[in-house]
Formats: sequence, C-alpha cells, structure tokens
Amino acid sequence: MKHTIKELEDIASQIRRDIVRMVHGCQSGHPGASLGCTDFFTALYFEVLNHKTDFTMEGAGEDLFFLSNGHISPVWYSTLAHAGYFDKSELATFRKLDSRLQGHPTTHEHLPGIRIASGSLGQGLSVAIGAALAKKLNGDKSYVFALLGDGELQEGQNWEAAMFAPFNKVDHLIASVDYNGQQIDGPTNKVLALDDLQAKFEAFGWHVINTDGNDMQAIVEGLHYAKTLTGKGKPILNLMSTQMGAGVDFMMGTHKWHGTAPNDEQLAVALAQLPETLGDY
Amino acid sequence: MKKYTYTEKKDTRSGFGAGLHEAGKKNENVVALCADLVGSLKMEAFIKDFPERFTQVGIAEANMIGIAAGMTIGGKIPFTGTFANFSTGRVYDQIRQSVAYSNKNVKICASHAGLTLGEDGATHQILEDIGLMKMLPGMVVINPCDYNQTKAATIAIAEYEGPVYLRFGRPVIPVFTDPDQKFEIGKAWMVNEGTDVTIIATGHMVWKAIEAGEKLAELGIDAEIINIHTIKPLDDEAILKSVKKTGCVVTCEEHNKFGGLGESVARLLTTELPTPQEFVATNDTFGESGTPDQLMSKYGLDAVNIVEAVQKVIGRKK
Repeated sequence: MKHTIKELEDIASQIRRDIVRMVHGCQSGHPGASLGCTDFFTALYFEVLNHKTDFTMEGAGEDLFFLSNGHISPVWYSTLAHAGYFDKSELATFRKLDSRLQGHPTTHEHLPGIRIASGSLGQGLSVAIGAALAKKLNGDKSYVFALLGDGELQEGQNWEAAMFAPFNKVDHLIASVDYNGQQIDGPTNKVLALDDLQAKFEAFGWHVINTDGNDMQAIVEGLHYAKTLTGKGKPILNLMSTQMGAGVDFMMGTHKWHGTAPNDEQLAVALAQLPETLGDY
Repeated sequence: MKKYTYTEKKDTRSGFGAGLHEAGKKNENVVALCADLVGSLKMEAFIKDFPERFTQVGIAEANMIGIAAGMTIGGKIPFTGTFANFSTGRVYDQIRQSVAYSNKNVKICASHAGLTLGEDGATHQILEDIGLMKMLPGMVVINPCDYNQTKAATIAIAEYEGPVYLRFGRPVIPVFTDPDQKFEIGKAWMVNEGTDVTIIATGHMVWKAIEAGEKLAELGIDAEIINIHTIKPLDDEAILKSVKKTGCVVTCEEHNKFGGLGESVARLLTTELPTPQEFVATNDTFGESGTPDQLMSKYGLDAVNIVEAVQKVIGRKK
C-alpha cells in the first residue's frame, strides 16, 4: 500500500469538495456520478495505477486509464490535479471559456492525463481495447483500465466491444462499470433495464467481479484482485456498485443530481459534510 | 490535348491493397483493421505478410473506429477498411469524437465509394461521404483516380501524421498515371494544359474528363484538365491560377453536388475570383442497382455530360 485507507479517504474527501465547488462555480456539470466514482478514482490514481504525472500520450510502460462516461469529468480533473498532472488552481477554470478543463474531457486543449475525447457515450471501451492491442504489439505488459457508466451500456457499440475483447484475448484490460442504477431520465430499471449485467458479460466471455465502489478498502482490494486475474485469456469486468451523489446526503440515491449544479446554500450544506483535507483550489 | 493511353484496367481498391502492403513493409507501426470485407478491400497481401498487425473486427464498424483510435495511442498507424458507406455515415460520431476531435492518426480507407459499386444498389453506394468527411475539422480527404495514384496515396498517408479519409472504388478502370509517381497530399496534378475552360476532376471522373477533353479538342475547345485528388486541403493556388487563365470551370465528381468537390471549388472562387462554374455530379439523389456504366450514364457522369457542361459554362463567360 502506498497510502493507508484513511489517507485515501482524506484525498477522496478533498476531491468531493472540489467536485461540488467546480460544478457550483460554473453552475453546470455533473456532480452525481462524479461523487459516486470518487472513491474509485482515488483508489485508481493513488494506489493502483502505475503511472507518471510527467505525461506522454503513449504512456509506454505505464498503465493507461480511459473514461468512457466523460460527463463525470469533475472527478477526473480533480484527481489528476491532486495526483500532480497540473496545478489544482486550474480547477477553477472548469467549463469556462479558454479552459483546458472542457465540459467533457478532450485532448484538444492538451490537458495532461487525457488521451482521448469522451462524452458522446459508448466509445470508451473500444478505445481501451485498441490501446491494449497496441501495448500487446509493443510488448508492453502494462494494464489498461476503463470506466463505463451503467446507463451508457444501452449504447450498442459497447456490446460490439464486449464481444471482441474475449474472442481476441484482450486480457490486460480491466473495465469497471459505475453501477449506480441511475440515468438522466430516471432509474435504469425504468428507462431501459440492464438486468443481469454479470450474466451478460460472462456470457460474452468476460471474467466478472463485483465490488462496492464506495468502500475504499473494498475498491482498492477489488482493483488489486482484478490485476491478479489478468493474463489468463479473459478481459476483466469490475461491476462496481456506487451511490450517485455519494458523500453529500441530499444528492444521494436519486438521478436528480445527474446534471444539476448546487446553489450557494446547497453548496454550503455539501461542503459542511466534506472535510477539507488537502486545501481547496 | 495531351495523349493519354492505357494498357490495362485495374480497380483502385487493388491500388489500396498494394499500397497498404508497401506501407506495411516500410513501417512496422502500420496496422490494418477490417470489418469483414478483407477480399473487397484487397488486404490479403498485408495480412499474409503481417498477420500479427492485422485485426479482424467482424461486422462492427463503430468498434473498429474506436479500436483504431485507441491503437494510435500506442504509436500505431491504423488503416481501417470497409465500404465507404460504412466507413463514414455509419460511424460518423465515432470518427468525429474519437478520431477527428481527438486528432488521432487513423487512416479511414473506404472502398466501393460512389455509384460504381453497381448492382448492390443505394444501401451500399454512397454519394455523400466527401461532404461528411470534409466537414470534420482537421480531416484530410483524398479521392485518387486510378490504381497507381491510389497506391501512391496509400503509401503517402502512412507518412502523414493526422486523420485521413481515403476514398476509392470497385470497378476496373484505365491505369494511366505514372507507376512511380510521388504522391503529394494537397497538390493538384496538371493533366492537360489548355486555355478555354478549366475542368477539375477527382476519382473515377478523371479518366472521363480526359475522354471529354479529346472530344472538346475535336470541337476546337482547348480544355485545361486538373486532377484534384485531395479535396481537403484544397490546392487553392493551382485552381486560381488555372481559372485566371480560362475564365470558367467545370467540376466533376462521382458524388452529390451538395457537399462535394464542386462546392469546395465554388467556395474558393466565390471569395477569391468569382467565375462561372458548372457541376458534373449527382443531383441530390440516391443511387440504384445497375452496372457501373449504366449508372454513370443515367446519373449524368459521363464524358458527354462533361462536354455539355463545358459548352454551357463557356457560353456564360462574359
């Protein structure tokens, strides 16, 4: 362990503060799933990923991460800043004119840590597979991680990718699904039910594990365990249950905070629940 | 009129296959992907020599574009292959976000473009792809005119850093360009110097323009013929230089007149040098089943149509 669980939880608390402040600062953006995935991002970047903050596009010899559900950019930006990819003061520019921190992540403004644009849903798993294939050709045994939204799995391209990866033994790939059961128009069970995702991915040939995405210990252990499963001919799918809005009580358990910014009063209530541990930007 | 002859007819897609094989020999980072059309795209030679650098994705074009974009991150130069329709319209958003906006070094190689796919009909033909692709910021759009030029273009785009759309076709057509040509992206080729009219042609229409030029010579009309193989970036300089001399222009393409080469030329001329122009192109229509020759005739893409357009545009000169 590079950090204790308590240290990781403290980092996550700061990232959650950043998320609500960033979204409040521009009065737009997606706090719900950003908060839900904060523990995952913290565990990934501060504990699991072998990466350099001296960013190169190729990332030779490094683990790579791809975010398919690009709307949760606030959590990624804050994580990258605290990990050292760029100064945290830049978080104040989120979604504002001339910023590198676009509403959805992009390489267009050359923000360190971002390797491809995402936002239009359903494309990230294919990209991650491509990056993994290139690593294989290059003799690079590093891992490729991806995060997908659960609602995003309604996009057909995911299932093209899901079929491709096991058949082609893309087995250094660890894809996580943010399984929060919510999407813009309501619970996924009411919009278009995903049903038994584990059975679906297993039927496609994936090795599926389940983790609690809001329990730091569980997510760190889950991702380390996922690594031990690689190299055996199957891609790994981490079905990670999360609470949308995790860490801010009034944002939890509802799709209503998918893409809504808090007002001044709501911000104060949220920040009171999230200790400032690393210093606000 | 300069004399052009040919000793054989070949398909431009075979030029692509040969060029891909060459590019693969030159650079080990060149990789190829295909969506279940290896034979149609003539990828066999590449696959035979570089099996580990070939990825069969099955009938899943969206996934193919995403995988190709991802492979560039590891320094690979992916060439994707499928029909033009499935290379563009079907995967437009994947190309837009994962390739063009992300500025990935993917070469989208599209066979069976235009009407000359023939009997399969309109579901498999596409007359909108140039427009779709030239609209994407940063996308290079190339439509070579014969086997040799397609081969040279394929080799050239491997050496160019950035997204490229390469469009070619199915039928065998005359091979009339230099087998040892150096292909320069964005550089027009002067097919024939003339003084009365500028004929600008791309793809399969270049040979038709040569045929038209011969007929025009018999009518006493001295046509300048320019091959624009790179529709984007357009060779503004070559076009303006020619039009200054001739004072009128006919554009020829196997594509809808909306969004094609002709509109690119019109945009240039209307801002720099307003000039009478006629369009030899399809007119806001889908194709249909038929032989390539029947279709080119029915949809107004023959040498005779170019001759008529030239006569009309010369009549419009002040």
